[in-house]
Amino acid sequence: MSNDEIFEKVRKTLIDALSVDDDEVTPEATLIGDLGAESIDFLDISFRLEKEFAIKIPRGELFPDNMSLADKSLVKDGLVTPEGITELRTRLPHANVDKFAADPKMEHISELFTVQMIVNFMAHKLNG
Amino acid sequence: MRWIWIDRFVEFQSGSHARAIKNVTLAEEHLHDHFPGFPVMPASLITEGLAQTGGLLLGEKNEFKYVVILAKIPKMEFHSWASPGDTLTYSAKLLDSSEQGGMVECTAHVGERLVAEGEIMFAHLAQEEGRTVDQKNFVFTMRLLGVFDVGRAGTGASTPPA
Repeated sequence: MSNDEIFEKVRKTLIDALSVDDDEVTPEATLIGDLGAESIDFLDISFRLEKEFAIKIPRGELFPDNMSLADKSLVKDGLVTPEGITELRTRLPHANVDKFAADPKMEHISELFTVQMIVNFMAHKLNG
Repeated sequence: MRWIWIDRFVEFQSGSHARAIKNVTLAEEHLHDHFPGFPVMPASLITEGLAQTGGLLLGEKNEFKYVVILAKIPKMEFHSWASPGDTLTYSAKLLDSSEQGGMVECTAHVGERLVAEGEIMFAHLAQEEGRTVDQKNFVFTMRLLGVFDVGRAGTGASTPPA
């Protein structure tokens, strides 16, 4: 499946799950900031992706259960430490961590969750 | 008032689908305010009945191991209404479920007339989070009312297991 086809299916999924307009769903759009997703929506999105692509998404694979880095001392003075960045790369291999690493403020961590991250994840799942 | 918005299951296929009925009666106090001179079952309570039908379908699938809570209503549309004397039939089909929760597609009919249709999503609370929710009691009360008498597990045994 091409990335364009995957994007179209992801777009449809997000329109249904988040009641957003199709022109709001761009690759760069962040799920929480731009599309207004709340925690429970991530489960909804996972269910719809599974249905749309006819695959199983194991728990925590697309959206990690616990994104709190604080208790692991991976955050210092509101900034994610280099060790924290390494942790993020491991847990969110399909997110644009490079962009975040340039200005690693903890408060921007939700911006890692973009439409493109889902497309990358699905491409990896479907095409290996 | 007891927070039970279905009267009885009329079909229960474990892990697949279920149908429950709700008889609307003028003995229900709220119908006299909703609305004076034009009593109709509030849409919110029809939604609750659909959620109870779907929530028990999901809960039973996991043998009531999880506390099932209504998490999100992605879609619910009302096309008509139900008046005293009507029997609402709630149908719920389990679309998906995981250890985190589940999703049902549901409809409400009076006879052949479609009253409502939509989707309801449920989340499972972890045991420690759900300790304060008296889910077991709720299901137990439901059993007393015999709503599960027509239920059938995947094996054909009555459900939930006695």
